[in-house]
Amino acid sequence: MTTAQNEANGSKTKQPVLVVLQLSGGNDFMNTVVPYGDPFYYDFRKTVGVSEEEALHLDSRLGFHPAMGEIKSLYDAGDVAVIQGIGYPDPDRSHFRSMDIWHTAEPHDFSGEGWLGRVIRELDPGKKNVVTGVSFGAGLPRAMYLTGTPAISVSELESYGLLTSLSGEKQRRALNAFTRMYVPEEFEEGAMVMQHIGQIGTDALAGVDMLKTAPSQYSSDVVYGSDALSQSLRGIAQIHTSGLGTRVFYAQHGGYDVHGRQVQTQEKLWGEVSKAVDSFFADLREHNASEEVVMMVFSEFGRRVRDNGNGTDHGSGGGAFLIGDRVKGGLYGEYPSLDPAEQVSGDLRFNNDFRSMYSTVLDDWLNIQPDPIVNGHFEKFNGILNPLSS
Amino acid sequence: MVDENRRTIAHLLRRAGFGAGPAEIDAASAAGYEATVNALLQPEIFDRPDEDILERFHSEHCDEESPRWVAIKWVFRMINSERPLEEKMALMWHGVFATGWAKVTNGQMMSRQYEMLRDHGLGDFRTLLEKLSRDPAMLYWLDQQTNHADAVNENYGRELLELFSMGRGNYNEDDVRSCARAFTGWTLTHVLPRYPTGYWPAEFVFNADDHDDGGKTFLGETGNFDGDDIIEIIVRQRAAGVFVASEIYKFFVADEPDEEAIGQIADSYFANNYDLREVMRFVFNSDFFKQSMFKRVKSPIEFIVGTVRLTGQYKEASQFGLARLPKLSGMMGQEILNPPTVEGWHTGREWIDSAFLVERVNYATQELTNSDAPGLADMASRVNDGRTSISTSDLMDICTSEFVHIDLDDETKKVITDELSTSGEVACGGNEIVEAITEILAFIGASKEYQMA
Repeated sequence: MTTAQNEANGSKTKQPVLVVLQLSGGNDFMNTVVPYGDPFYYDFRKTVGVSEEEALHLDSRLGFHPAMGEIKSLYDAGDVAVIQGIGYPDPDRSHFRSMDIWHTAEPHDFSGEGWLGRVIRELDPGKKNVVTGVSFGAGLPRAMYLTGTPAISVSELESYGLLTSLSGEKQRRALNAFTRMYVPEEFEEGAMVMQHIGQIGTDALAGVDMLKTAPSQYSSDVVYGSDALSQSLRGIAQIHTSGLGTRVFYAQHGGYDVHGRQVQTQEKLWGEVSKAVDSFFADLREHNASEEVVMMVFSEFGRRVRDNGNGTDHGSGGGAFLIGDRVKGGLYGEYPSLDPAEQVSGDLRFNNDFRSMYSTVLDDWLNIQPDPIVNGHFEKFNGILNPLSS
Repeated sequence: MVDENRRTIAHLLRRAGFGAGPAEIDAASAAGYEATVNALLQPEIFDRPDEDILERFHSEHCDEESPRWVAIKWVFRMINSERPLEEKMALMWHGVFATGWAKVTNGQMMSRQYEMLRDHGLGDFRTLLEKLSRDPAMLYWLDQQTNHADAVNENYGRELLELFSMGRGNYNEDDVRSCARAFTGWTLTHVLPRYPTGYWPAEFVFNADDHDDGGKTFLGETGNFDGDDIIEIIVRQRAAGVFVASEIYKFFVADEPDEEAIGQIADSYFANNYDLREVMRFVFNSDFFKQSMFKRVKSPIEFIVGTVRLTGQYKEASQFGLARLPKLSGMMGQEILNPPTVEGWHTGREWIDSAFLVERVNYATQELTNSDAPGLADMASRVNDGRTSISTSDLMDICTSEFVHIDLDDETKKVITDELSTSGEVACGGNEIVEAITEILAFIGASKEYQMA
């Protein structure tokens, strides 16, 4: 076992782990954390509003969407922090551009460097562990992409691997061949590229070999849902509890672009998220592997204050969540005002920069100097995270 | 025995096109190298592929508003066009004038930009820049609609000089300012949001009231310049010739720059009055080009389309699965029509990282082991022709030098030979030979050498 594996398994030197859950499409924060106590809410949400009776009350003003029962229980246990009104200056209402901004922590210039790519580089500067960053889903998210920094993307852990279209003896032979072909070559003028490809192939195979051990080592009494998000989080639990030393995980859940059929869609999506997150933490607790994990849930933007009769259009000023044993639960930042005088052309005004949340997680959880990662200095939220060392 | 003529033709077709299967290489070899170059440089003599029929068979994807559909159609053209060079030029310029639908969010505007690059990518560079400066997707991408006579936005003016025509160090900040001023009033009609009416593409408009017609000094020349005057000055600069030459060298010749060859391409640019068709003729006939085999890492889309062209798949518009190809390219790091930044993709060795390499190897082995593919059936019939059996080593040679056209190093060859499930003689005419060919191709597709073009 490597040092990293020992550390992940041993209770005395647990390393903090970050799981990022991306809700793609622009989650409607106003129907996630519902300001049922605000009369403006029902003025603007005539058709897709969540009623006071249905909302899962957090206090006399706010309540979770009714599909979030499990998350509400985690909240009641003090494990869920809600960051209200999160965004960035000059909000961009393009999904793709706004997602890029969250992924690169760079709202003005176009940048190809992902913020988590920089995190992985900081966590493992010597590239000793090729599975320091693992993403579940189709392709590596830009957040984890940084040239020269390895990161693994897995669509499904059980079937993950090299040469997956082959099977049996043929696959075994081809894997042998791959191992022998991808040897970093001796330095030779003109063979630099081949040397690089050889090294990358060796890394990729090492990653595959490490990750494929995870399912066989894992057993759990927790039964996850069959939906893709539940399966992704189950895969993350498998890798984490195998002690491979992964520090950054990424999972994605799509379909939040609710221009229409919002009521039905949100019910389904948040039901999945709520159950999947609950199963995930229950699973980690069963393996005594929960306290070192913090989950960050975000979406690229919120939605417009006034509904369109069946759904809501792209807006700004969303919300984010931090979930985990070492999270000090509660509401952070201020809920943006729904008063028309306070809105920014029909949208919620953002109160908290997403880079403040990143900085909090970096400094107070991963022990990384935040400023170079988020391209500037942003005030942290004090007291949300209780570091592992304390 | 390796046929040097075929080998060079295969190299030409990999670079000037998207690779070719054995039948096309036979035909091109019979015509000869120069005739093949000439045909590539005269796309007009061939029709473009009929693609309207794609909409009948891919109705679930054919949303003309969607940039994904534009990408699917483009990949179909890369696979099937008899004018591969114009698609290749468009792909090169797409990487240089990198515009992404992340910001443009309008499939029709992205489609028009791509068609402009295809129509003018092999024309003269001055016209290309004039078209580019009137392209609605580009104008929106770089905020030209906010470049006003009384409030200059320098975004397009700066990138035109830095990323699209000359490169840093060949102008100063005053030149940037003059350039941006010359393009004030070059704007576009409103981009309507998708909801509730559906997208409408924006059109270029010149708004004379919002144009700064005052005197400007640009690269040492003074006058009441507008955008076209600026472009006319740019294209005469040595720096513009070197810029175009460097981009062509990087895209068509090798990842590692060679100053001498780039200088020669730049000379050809001026000798031919910026006519890119003649510049490309010079490049393809040069010794440095013919000697540049396997000195480029394939970009993801080249990797995918090249593999498809070996297996002969997706020739018919009706074949299911076409939409998967641009998606796969994205998973390998090159989402067509959506480059990561205005600087385009980082190419060369940066195409290979661990996540991308796993995708490449998995894709290639899957595509190349599909024994139902027409290209593989053709390969089997070529081997069967006049034989009852063939030795494994002869079959290896045929696969590498007649089918895939790849130089495997001795160690790779040895590894493949060791790990193949067959050794000795393989019977022809039946399933056994098909199995053997697909297994060899799978190994080749998984090799380091196959990453290179």
